Amino acid sequence: MSSAYEAVIGLEVHVELGTRTKMFCGCPTDFGGEPNTKTCAVCTGQPGSLPVPNAAAIEAAISLGLALACEVAPRSQFHRKNYFYPDMPKNYQISQYDVPICADGHLDVAVDGTSRRIGITRVHMEEDTGKSLHVGGTGRIAGADHSLIDYNRAGIPLLEIVSEPDVRGPEEARAYLAELRGIVRALGISDAKLEEGSMRCDANVSVRRRGDEAFGTRVEVKNMNSLRSLQRAVAHEIERQGALLDAGEAVTQETRHWDEDAGRTSTLRAKEEVFDYRYFPDPDLVPVTPERADVERLAAALPELPAQMRARLTGGLGLSDEAAVTLVDAGLVVVLDEAVAAGAEPAAAAKWLANEVLSWCREADVDPAGVPLAGDALAELVDLVARGTLSTKLAREVLVGVLEGEGRPGEVAKARGLEQVSDEGELVTLVDEAIAADPAAAEKVRGGNDKAIGALVGAVMKASRGQANPQRVNELLRERLTS
Amino acid sequence: MSLSDEQVRHVARLARIALTDEEVAGLASQLSDILAYAEQVGEVAAGDVVPTSHPYPLAGVARADAPGPSLGQDEALANAPAVEDGRFRVPRIVGEEA
Repeated sequence: MSSAYEAVIGLEVHVELGTRTKMFCGCPTDFGGEPNTKTCAVCTGQPGSLPVPNAAAIEAAISLGLALACEVAPRSQFHRKNYFYPDMPKNYQISQYDVPICADGHLDVAVDGTSRRIGITRVHMEEDTGKSLHVGGTGRIAGADHSLIDYNRAGIPLLEIVSEPDVRGPEEARAYLAELRGIVRALGISDAKLEEGSMRCDANVSVRRRGDEAFGTRVEVKNMNSLRSLQRAVAHEIERQGALLDAGEAVTQETRHWDEDAGRTSTLRAKEEVFDYRYFPDPDLVPVTPERADVERLAAALPELPAQMRARLTGGLGLSDEAAVTLVDAGLVVVLDEAVAAGAEPAAAAKWLANEVLSWCREADVDPAGVPLAGDALAELVDLVARGTLSTKLAREVLVGVLEGEGRPGEVAKARGLEQVSDEGELVTLVDEAIAADPAAAEKVRGGNDKAIGALVGAVMKASRGQANPQRVNELLRERLTS
Repeated sequence: MSLSDEQVRHVARLARIALTDEEVAGLASQLSDILAYAEQVGEVAAGDVVPTSHPYPLAGVARADAPGPSLGQDEALANAPAVEDGRFRVPRIVGEEA
């Protein structure tokens, strides 16, 4: 795409809340189980049933709104969004329309060290749909013979977070989603897993000639289920629209489907007008009117958010920006804080977490936020290395043992026989043996050839099977050969 | 306000209802009458009355996030026209592609 164009991107993110029950009824939200075993008269829309909103979901919506610097509406309303599709048994989805619970906030996101403020249009509450299984053909709707519906998920609380069209590129879109995910996780209102669908992101993408005020024709892109996939999909879509404009063609307003394997988008459907959903206030649900005192209580109870964590890590603890971003994104700040509280040097603890611990998590396919490593165990490991009991190389092995549940670092080192030989008497014996075994090298060192000491250090390390502290061996050899 | 035949067809399309030309004409006049009746509210409601979405003076009703009983699978599926593998079986979905 020629650089004559500028991308204008707005993001719509859905977060499935981790409440115990659904948005409007007491059916459980836990994952799995037989299909259609978590439904009731309310979430299947039986005549005469009455939905009642979940207080925990309302609080989660307010907390997220506050974390995004939104205004909390003193009075908001639920609407019915009507459509014909079997994923909702009621033929409508309960959502919010003209007055959402939270609006007019912002989120600061950084790309390559430059921070930009993205407006948050609204945060509103709605309910999730059922899960469809398309039988026959390729498993997609097109070409399927019939479909099977499981309503266990229908009615699970969702928050929809809509951004202003302030995002200007694929990297910024990714950074926005990563930051929002971090906030949602810090609040503890959802596990926010893009890969598993508890967080979903649609992107509205248009391009315009640089300097133009008016927006170009908007295309909605769906089906991105990772940060990387969002970045790729947006980049592809900008490229595609730019190429159309370059060729003198028009962009069609439509919804497009991102194909991760093919790395491109394809038409899903022509955009339905908003009016077609025939929103109207749900007569079964009374207005949501949070008390001022409750909003203030929730504001006071907000946890430390990712931006604040990064500032504390780089400021107070003196870590690099890169380390702070890595640890905050991975959810490893709790372990770091515990380690530092247990006396570990912050930079050393951070290095172990950002390198060894994260790579172990990747290999073991463990979510770093739930890594089985206590902060004081990490502190012990850092200390063993600092005191020279463990070399960095041996400490890596000890760490693996700790992560695999073999015990505390000291115990693992002992059990695996990984402790460096720190017994001075034993070391001296090995040093003397090495000198006796290689008198030529010893003579060179005595004669001032410093490099020759390497052979002797190597011999001692070999004799100790790698468990001697090389620095101490070096010192002992010099004491013997220069005095 | 009176509805045009075209508006009636649009609403019918949104509701997935098939109408003959005679039905469209009849409904256009009937729906216009209903709208005119409802418009009388505008004559009596002063500008300081906010639009009301709910007839009762109730607000801020919520329930605790505590699980209640669900239907069993058999009961949930009891009135389904067709069932397969514990799921509602529905005809091929048309007009959408995913």
